[in-house]
Amino acid sequence: MSEGDALLPHLCPVPQRVLRQQQFTSLEEKPQFPGASADFVDKLDFIQPNVISGIPIYRVMDRQGQIINPDEDPQLSQEQVLKFYKTMTLLNTMDRILYESQRQGRISFYMTNYGEEGTHVGSAAALDDTDLVFGQYREAGVLMYRGYPLDLFMAQCYGNTSDTGKGRQMPVHYGCRDRHFVTISSPLATQIPQAVGAAYAFKRDNASRAVICYFGEGAASEGDAHAGFNFAATLECPILFFCRNNGYAISTPTSEQYRGDGIAARGPGYGIMSIRVDGNDVFAVYNATREARRRAIAENQPFLIEAMTYRIGHHSTSDDSSAYRSVDEVNYWDKQDHPISRLRHHMLGRGWWDEEQEKSWRKKSRKRVMEAFEQAERKLKPSPQHLFSDVYCEMPPQLQKQQEALARHLRLYGEHYPLEHFEK
Amino acid sequence: MAAAGLGLCRLAVLASGPGPLRAGVWGRLPPLAAGPRRHAAHFTFQPDAEPSAHGQTQKMNLFQSITSALDNTLSRDPTAVIFGEDVAFGGVFRCTVGLRDKYGKDRVFNTPLCEQGIVGFGIGVAVAGATAIAEIQFADYIFPAFDQIVNEAAKYRYRSGDLFNCGSLTIRAPWGCVGHGALYHSQSPEAFFAHCPGIKVVIPRSPLQAKGLLLSCIEDKNPCIFFEPKILYRAAVEQVPVEPYYIPLSQAEVLQEGSDVTLVAWGTQVHVIREVATMAQEKLGVSCEVIDLKTILPWDTEAVCKSVVKTGRLLISHEAPLTGGFASEISSTVQRWAVREQPRSFLQLEEVPGDGPDLALGAAHAEEEEVLSFPSPSRTSSWSPVHSRSPG
Repeated sequence: MSEGDALLPHLCPVPQRVLRQQQFTSLEEKPQFPGASADFVDKLDFIQPNVISGIPIYRVMDRQGQIINPDEDPQLSQEQVLKFYKTMTLLNTMDRILYESQRQGRISFYMTNYGEEGTHVGSAAALDDTDLVFGQYREAGVLMYRGYPLDLFMAQCYGNTSDTGKGRQMPVHYGCRDRHFVTISSPLATQIPQAVGAAYAFKRDNASRAVICYFGEGAASEGDAHAGFNFAATLECPILFFCRNNGYAISTPTSEQYRGDGIAARGPGYGIMSIRVDGNDVFAVYNATREARRRAIAENQPFLIEAMTYRIGHHSTSDDSSAYRSVDEVNYWDKQDHPISRLRHHMLGRGWWDEEQEKSWRKKSRKRVMEAFEQAERKLKPSPQHLFSDVYCEMPPQLQKQQEALARHLRLYGEHYPLEHFEK
Repeated sequence: MAAAGLGLCRLAVLASGPGPLRAGVWGRLPPLAAGPRRHAAHFTFQPDAEPSAHGQTQKMNLFQSITSALDNTLSRDPTAVIFGEDVAFGGVFRCTVGLRDKYGKDRVFNTPLCEQGIVGFGIGVAVAGATAIAEIQFADYIFPAFDQIVNEAAKYRYRSGDLFNCGSLTIRAPWGCVGHGALYHSQSPEAFFAHCPGIKVVIPRSPLQAKGLLLSCIEDKNPCIFFEPKILYRAAVEQVPVEPYYIPLSQAEVLQEGSDVTLVAWGTQVHVIREVATMAQEKLGVSCEVIDLKTILPWDTEAVCKSVVKTGRLLISHEAPLTGGFASEISSTVQRWAVREQPRSFLQLEEVPGDGPDLALGAAHAEEEEVLSFPSPSRTSSWSPVHSRSPG
C-alpha cells in the first residue's frame, strides 16, 4: 500500500493511479511552470519597487540647448530644425489667440499645448507621413507638423462649414484622414487598444507603416491602457506608445496618479521595450521616436516612450490651475526649461537664428494666425441636416423621420432658433 | 467556459447504467428519474424548410452555421480576422473550429482575457480598413466593452464627419437562457445597446437565419453586434447552404399570418411564440400573427405597426427583464404610431407574463429559476384576449 492509502483509511477507494507519485527524470530541480521562465530561490525577499532612482531620462541637449554627447546629435539640417522651431512657435501663437477667443466667448472651449510642443514636434518629425496617429487631445503640434492648415484648426474650433468634422465635436477634437491623424474623442485612453488593432492590420498588410498612440500619464491609469499594452505585446504589433507625462491630470498630480516609477516602468511588466526621455528636448524626443519606429516595424514589437514634460497652461479653458499649484512652479518651467527656448538657444548657438529673424517670424506667424481666425469667425455653422447624417453609413427610416420632423418644427418655430448663423 | 458542455456531460454520466461511477458512494444515491427533467420551460426548435435558392445545403446546427459563415468570410476577404478568448482552438462553443488551421494563426487568434481590449482592438483593425470579427465569450461579459462600443464604435463615423469609421467591425456573443447558466451565462443585454444609435444589433432564431444575418452584419458598413442564442447551438439543426447568402438587416419576418393578435419575439423566444400561436388557435380559437423581429436596432417599425393595424393586439416576449426591456420600446412606438396614424382606435395593453421578470437569475436555484422565469408557452398562452379597438 502506498503512503496515500495509509492516510485515507476511511474514505472510499481512490483510483490507484492518482495516489502513485510521478517519477521525475530530470536530474536538477528546475521550475517547469508554463507561466514564467525563472529560477528558484530559497530566501524570502520582496522586490522593492525603485522609485527613488527610477528609469533615467534620455536627453541630447542641456537646458541651454548645447548638445551633451555629440554621438547623439541627430544631425538634422538647418531647414529641418527651422521647421521644428516654426511649428512649435506657430502652435504657441495659435494657442494664445484661440485661448483668448474662448475667453471672449467666440469659441466654446479650448485646450492649449504650452510646454509640450517639443513632445509633438520631435515625435511627429520622426515618423513617416503615412504612419497612423491616434491622439488624446493635447497633440495639435503633431497635426501642425504634418501641414494641417490654420484654417482647418480654426474651423474645427469654431465648428463652421469648413470643418471637415461637420461641426459635431467640441473644439480641439481634430481629425484628418489625408494626414493620417485619427479624429480625437473625449473619453480618455480609448484610443490605446484601437491603435494596437490598427498596428496589427498594418503588420498583416506588410505596409511598413507604424502606429503611434499618444496619451497622458493620467489616461495611462485607465483599463484601456493596460488592455492596449498587453495586446500590443502578445500580438506583436508595430506600435509606439507615447506617454506625455506632464505632471498633472487636471488637478491631480502624479503623486496621486501612481505610486510606481511612472509609466516607463510599466513597460517591462508587459514585455515591452521602454524608454524615458526629456520631453522638453526636441532632439531627444526625435531620436527616441525614430529608433523606436525603425525597430517596431523591423521587429514587430511595441515600444513605450515616456516623455517627461510639464503642462505650463491650465488643463483647459474650464480650469484655473492656480487653485492647485503655485505660480512659481509654473514660472520655473516657463522660464527655465521650455522646449521652444531650448531649441532657440541651440539655433542661436549654431548661427541658424537671430533676434531679427525672431522678431520678424513672431510678427509673421501672428499675422497668419489672425487672418485664419478672422476668416473662421465670419463663416456660417453647418446645416442642421448634418445632425442626422453619418450616424449610420446609410440613413435608416427612423432617422429620416426624425430629420423630417425637425425640418417641420423649424418651418413653424424657426424664429426661436439662431438659424441665421447656420447654413440652410 | 464550456458551460453547455459540462451540463451535457453530467447528464450523460448519471443516466448511464452500472459502471465505475455507480460504485461506492454513487451507488448509494437514488437513481435519476427517467425522462426529461425540465417541464415548463421547454421550447421546441422549429426548423425552416431547406432553401433552394442558394445551392447545395448541408445539415448544420447553429454553431456550425456560424463556422460556415466565418469560413466563407475568411475565404473571400483576405483582410478578415477573427479574435477573442479561446477562438484559436475552436471556441468554447465550437464556432471557430478548424478556421485557424485553414486560414493561419495571424487570422484566427486568441487575445488576452480583456473584453475592453477585444472590442477596442477590433475597432482599430476596422479603422485601418480590415474586417474585424470579435468574439465576446458570453454576452454577460460584454459590459467592460460598453464604453468602447457606445462611446467609440457607435460614434466613430459621426464624430469624425465621416473621415473615419469602424464599419467593418462585427462583435459576436453567445446570448440568452440555456437552462443552467444562472446570472452570468444567460443574459440578453440587447436593450442596453438598443439605446445606442450608430450600431446595429441582430439576433437570429436558427442556423439558416444565423448564417445569412451574420454575413450581412459582416458586410454591413456599420459596427454590428450579433447575439447567438446559445441554447440553440446544438439543439437547432437545419439544412443550410454551404455557399454565402445574405438575409437583410432591419427587416422583420412574418412567420405566420393571423388576424387576432400580433406576437413579436427574437432569438429563442420565436419558437416559444410559434408554439403559443398553435396552442392559442387550438385552445382559444385565437388567430395569431407571428413576427420574428431579427434586428433590434434599427428595428422594422413598419412591419410591426402594419401587423398591429390588422390585428389590434400586440404581445411581445423576451427573456430579458421587463423594466426597460426592448418590449417597452416596441410597445411605446406602436402606441405612439397608433395614436398618430389611427386616431380613432386605441390599444389597451395589459400586463402579460410575456417577459422575464426583473431579476437576475439566482445562482443557487439556477435551474429552477430559469424554469420559472423563462417565458414559456404555458405562461404566455394563459393571457386571455383583451379589448382593443374602440367602436368606429
